[in-house]
Amino acid sequence: MQDKGIFNLSRRGMLAGSAASVAVSQGTIASAQASQASSSPPARMAVNLTVNGKPHRLELDTRMTLLDTLREHLQLTGSKKGCDHGQCGACTVMVNGERVNSCLSLAVMHEGDEVTTIEGLGSPDDLHPMQAAFVKHDGYQCGYCTPGQICSAVATLEEIRKGIPSHVTEILTGRMRPTNMEMRERMSGNICRCGAYSNIVDAMTDVARG
Amino acid sequence: MRSFTYERAATPADAARAVASHPNAKFIAGGTNLLDLMKLEIETPAHLIDVGQLGLDRIEKAGDGIRIGTLVSNTALSAHERVREDYPVLTRAIQAGASGQLRNKATTGGNLLQRTRCIYFYDTNMPCNKRAPGSGCAAIGGISRQLGVIGTSDACIATYPGDMAVAMRVLDAAVETIRPDGTMRSIPIADFHRLWGDTPHIETVLEPGELITHVYLPKPLGGKQFYAKVRDRRSYAFALVSVAAVIQPDGTGWVAFGGVAPKPWRVPEADAMLPHGAKAVVDRAFADARPTEDNAFKIPLARRTLAGVLADAKA
Repeated sequence: MQDKGIFNLSRRGMLAGSAASVAVSQGTIASAQASQASSSPPARMAVNLTVNGKPHRLELDTRMTLLDTLREHLQLTGSKKGCDHGQCGACTVMVNGERVNSCLSLAVMHEGDEVTTIEGLGSPDDLHPMQAAFVKHDGYQCGYCTPGQICSAVATLEEIRKGIPSHVTEILTGRMRPTNMEMRERMSGNICRCGAYSNIVDAMTDVARG
Repeated sequence: MRSFTYERAATPADAARAVASHPNAKFIAGGTNLLDLMKLEIETPAHLIDVGQLGLDRIEKAGDGIRIGTLVSNTALSAHERVREDYPVLTRAIQAGASGQLRNKATTGGNLLQRTRCIYFYDTNMPCNKRAPGSGCAAIGGISRQLGVIGTSDACIATYPGDMAVAMRVLDAAVETIRPDGTMRSIPIADFHRLWGDTPHIETVLEPGELITHVYLPKPLGGKQFYAKVRDRRSYAFALVSVAAVIQPDGTGWVAFGGVAPKPWRVPEADAMLPHGAKAVVDRAFADARPTEDNAFKIPLARRTLAGVLADAKA
């Protein structure tokens, strides 16, 4: 699918357009064009990625993060921008099955990757079990961190199932278990300003028990 | 973020040549530290060479030890069966750092090159000899609670912030590289990070364009292995002090400290004091310390943290 570029037009396109109209009204369009020519335009590159099962080919400014690409180009606004520095976890998505901070990754670094966002986990009519458990246990207040929390929670249970140890795992070579302490430690990269943590762990416990 | 051009390298040698031949080029692998700094325009590369597809993502047996590809993620390294069984101090150190999301993305080589978390390095309104050489150091005389107590200089009192490398220092790892001319070398981790001196912007002994390809861990040391980290939160925070230690049944062993110096801090003569207890070790390891008023607490904290480790080793 080609990038529809709706947000592209509304942001950079609009800014460039309004600058040009100011220049025309002042009769200085030639100098505006000259200054544009002297500074090289931002580098752009093509990237192919699959998001929630759909393949996309996008032509992007190399600076676009995976998060901004999802939100501004693919209109998948479930993933949130909180700190934009990998500290809050609101942007958490899964890349090739592993959770990452989509704000700390460039889209062009994801050529050929498979990305799953909150929109790909479930839908309002067909909730993912973790989404249903968050609803049941009231695992949020304002909801801003929730998409990242849910993506991270799903990945956390998978990491425990795969036997990846954590800081609180007592026996490194033993079987990992989804205990309260394990889930709290493993979710420390997702901040909830409303403080819904205990309900989030309750939701995860429900899903872990199956 | 400043605009930059981007290319994917096909081989390690190509990557090294590409960085050496572009002015202001950098390697990018996981990107978790570099992109953070690029957003703040603390790092402003004009060209990025992505080394993420070089295939250096395996852990292999090599002689009596193991060879870790530079692109092995922190998660994969900490969870690897051989590492958990033979080098548990490394699993413990990695799992004590960052968050699950960051550990999935951060790489072995990139983590060794993680830059300091000094708040004055991050604040572009402040002078910083590391960020802008010759501009001065706002940390000296500033808020220095988190900063270095030993190995620092009059130009910079920042610390190397990581955990993984502290365990690697106790294990006497070697950092393997390729240079732009295609030659390879192996750098003992003891020599990899530099003390700041007058040039705190030069943080490692890597030459321009030199690419880390592997980290080698020698024969397992056995014993009981520990990574004890003290921080302001119980999870997802940088160390005030950390202790990586391997203790043998007879009380001898090896110990390195994190969060205190420009590099993982280990003094062989202090290792030799382990049978005499934590005070003897820390007195020797920190004999040349130059703490600030704010961070002098780190030295008794190091002693108490090590005392806890030694008590656990006897249990």
